[in-house]
Amino acid sequence: MTDEVARLDGNAAAGPLSRFFAFEATNLRVTCASCGAETVLGRLHLYGGSRAMILRCIRCGEVNLRLLEVGPSLRLDLRGAALLALGPEPATAAGTFVSNQPGEAVRPTAPQS
Amino acid sequence: MRSITFETKAWAGHMAGQHVDIRLTADNGYQAQRSYSIASPAGCAPDVELTVECVSGGEVSPFLTEELRAGDTIELRGPIGGYFTWNPGSSSPLMLIAGGSGVVPLMSMLRTRNQPASKVPAKLLYSSRSAEDIIYRDELDRLAANRDGFDLVHTLTRGAPAGWKGQTRRVDRDMLAQCGFQLAEEPQILVCGPTSFVETVADQLVSLGHGESAIKTERFGPTGDKR
Repeated sequence: MTDEVARLDGNAAAGPLSRFFAFEATNLRVTCASCGAETVLGRLHLYGGSRAMILRCIRCGEVNLRLLEVGPSLRLDLRGAALLALGPEPATAAGTFVSNQPGEAVRPTAPQS
Repeated sequence: MRSITFETKAWAGHMAGQHVDIRLTADNGYQAQRSYSIASPAGCAPDVELTVECVSGGEVSPFLTEELRAGDTIELRGPIGGYFTWNPGSSSPLMLIAGGSGVVPLMSMLRTRNQPASKVPAKLLYSSRSAEDIIYRDELDRLAANRDGFDLVHTLTRGAPAGWKGQTRRVDRDMLAQCGFQLAEEPQILVCGPTSFVETVADQLVSLGHGESAIKTERFGPTGDKR
């Protein structure tokens, strides 16, 4: 399976970003270091897949954030972002991986079609 | 297409529109991870429903749709993604536009709306290839039959069965103008589907005069393995 090059939304980076931020990072407002446009992180244009993500400014296209998985570590390159701002949305807790415990069921329901 | 309910012990509760990441680990330690939208209504219920479309050649979705059995344990992270969400406390009319399996997070919003908390006017414009491809068809029909301010419009892009009463073309500007809310009603608009679908619809909404800040989008790539 390749990490296909397709444009997604910054919202798709919520999972890896939750390893850096204790709150929901997709509501951050990002100021582009190149053109100065301020955009909610969830609206940035995202390219890449689960192991490497580039988030670009929706106005000028310059890279604002890079996420790169290197083995067990994850790198967040913020050089393209001049400023991160919070609010007015309330901060909500970010997710962590949990496993349902032995004995708990994963219960497939009837297929929908 | 398969809907799967996960029983979780430590679910913090989620908003309509959020997703989870599912991580699979092979015996040799190789890990694959994909995002899937939550279909169940917002709240703290420990049962979390996902609806997963099987993508041929995908790393995660074939396992979830074909191999996962009741009682299996799986790793998931969530809820995550605070941007593409709907708050049932909002008083703005809710315009939902779905392409294919993009209906899943919007279904969470409609199920949330169906709880007593909210009865804002809502519309769903839902594009599918064929009648057989419509997800949640019966449930959507039931919600529309409530006549509580929810309107449902289907459109089929690759042929319709005899007697079909919905639309039969790709979503276009005229369809959005006809099926959507008036500008003056200041609807909140959420669009989810394949990248090309979302970008086309968002551009047309803007050309109709809707403000970019009123439109939230969630794209998934051509493989669909994000969902």
